[in-house]
Amino acid sequence: MWNGDYLFLLQNLIVKDFKIRYRNMSLGVFWSLLNPMIMMGVMTFVFVKVIPRDDVTNFPLFVLCGLVPFNFFSVAWNNGTISIANNAGLIKRIPVPREVVPIATVLSTCIHLGIQILLLLAAAILIGPGVNVYWLWLPLVWALLILFVCGLVLATSALDVYLRDMRYVVESACTVLFWLVPIFYTLTLVPQAYATVYQFNPVAALILALRRILIDSASPDPSLVLKLAFSSTVVFAIGLALFHRLKNRFFDYL
Amino acid sequence: MNVIEFQNVSKTFHRAVGQRLLRHYIEDMIGAKDPNPFYALKDVNFAIRDGESVAVIGSNGAGKSTMLSLVTHLMPPSDGKVIVNGRLAALLDLGAGFHPDLTGRENMRLNASLLGFSRKRASELHDSIVDFSELQEFINEPLRTYSSGMILRLAFSVALSLDPQILIIDEVLAVGDQAFQAKCIDKIFDIRNQGKTILCVSHAHAILRNLCSRAIWLDHGQLIMDGPVEAVLNAYEGRAAHSAAE
Ligand SMILES: Nc1ncnc2c1ncn2[C@@H]1O[C@H](COP(=O)(O)OP(=O)(O)O)[C@@H](O)[C@H]1O
Ligand SMILES: [Mg+2]
Repeated sequence: MWNGDYLFLLQNLIVKDFKIRYRNMSLGVFWSLLNPMIMMGVMTFVFVKVIPRDDVTNFPLFVLCGLVPFNFFSVAWNNGTISIANNAGLIKRIPVPREVVPIATVLSTCIHLGIQILLLLAAAILIGPGVNVYWLWLPLVWALLILFVCGLVLATSALDVYLRDMRYVVESACTVLFWLVPIFYTLTLVPQAYATVYQFNPVAALILALRRILIDSASPDPSLVLKLAFSSTVVFAIGLALFHRLKNRFFDYL
Repeated sequence: MNVIEFQNVSKTFHRAVGQRLLRHYIEDMIGAKDPNPFYALKDVNFAIRDGESVAVIGSNGAGKSTMLSLVTHLMPPSDGKVIVNGRLAALLDLGAGFHPDLTGRENMRLNASLLGFSRKRASELHDSIVDFSELQEFINEPLRTYSSGMILRLAFSVALSLDPQILIIDEVLAVGDQAFQAKCIDKIFDIRNQGKTILCVSHAHAILRNLCSRAIWLDHGQLIMDGPVEAVLNAYEGRAAHSAAE
């Protein structure tokens, strides 16, 4: 059995992903900043100039609080889903613990996420209310989202080995979720009956928490954080169990 | 002591006949039995003692690589039991886990971590791995510029520095140049002489005769013969000549 150095392995896999993505680009990590900034500009234009509204005062920061988590979520989920199939050579020839591959893919996306979070925090300081003590919540709520994505990716990457349609299912799910997550609208607009369901979606829950912390300078609702923790843990447990169940036949299908 | 033991081991794959429906995949995921499986290995039994060096021979598709994959724990057997005791290094493919866009040095480090080296050992062994591979000039070039012989050098140098108790090699030696092949074979002989266990698939019978004391002959997933290398190779060559004459 494999009894190597997990941390060293994870680090190497993350660095590999990162290097491969940026090696042949001259602007490098700058691209991580460009995408959310452009989206922020476009959506501010649409929802402030084209469709004027008065329920949100600081729309650029408001929408950025939605875009950064969603962006990470969709990129990490999509890349993670294809990670096992894309690393077939490794899976079929080296007895590394299989779980490490999708998780490393998610964590390598966290490097971009880190850059985008810095952008978000910079925006909160420059065009928002600035630093407050509730920022201490940030590491916890972000960690819970990452846990959630790891769980999802464990499940879908394993299913994708059997059915390559999985990656298109995930792609479509992301398109749908873009509308079903409160990125450019507030939760108060959502009918009461659906609002609770929204809060059990970790992406939505994180966005709501971020807005409380960064825009309202207030502590996120503890019940919201509990729901976030609950959903993330459950999804991670299910994902891990499913992965365990399915990994025995990876070799046959790759 | 037995370091590798196969007890009634079978490995089946699905036959790729007809269209597979969603139902089939779901049956597979929940672990249902395939009514008409293809046996890549069928009811294989053998035991390898500590320090033996064993050749595995057989025609293409006989199940040799399947057997080595089972030993390496890349998949569980469909039936039976595979027991392995001891640290194992496997060279099943050229540059498995390498990435063409990373440099030789980056690949070396990545590969070392995949094989289970600790950070400390990877750094300690770095120089000796580069020395053994004789790739100093190219070590900072991306792997896509390497020839297959050069990739073999890198892969081999990392795997051999793992100081394995069991060394597993699947038909990879052939692409190296003469000089490096000779060097690798020397090194493999060294490893054997240190009393380590070797399991080796190769079509180079001359090397097998020297290196191995025992051979296992597989055909269509079944174990045909297991015995002293000379006897098994002679029988195998005899049969090959026989079927060629027909
Ligand atoms: N993933 C797979 N799915 C279906 N059949 C496979 C798979 N892998 C190997 N096989 C089949 O198993 C048999 C044995 O293969 P292998 O062990 O690679 O042979 P060899 O002795 O040449 O190394 C071959 O007939 C091959 O087609
Ligand atoms: Mg083979």
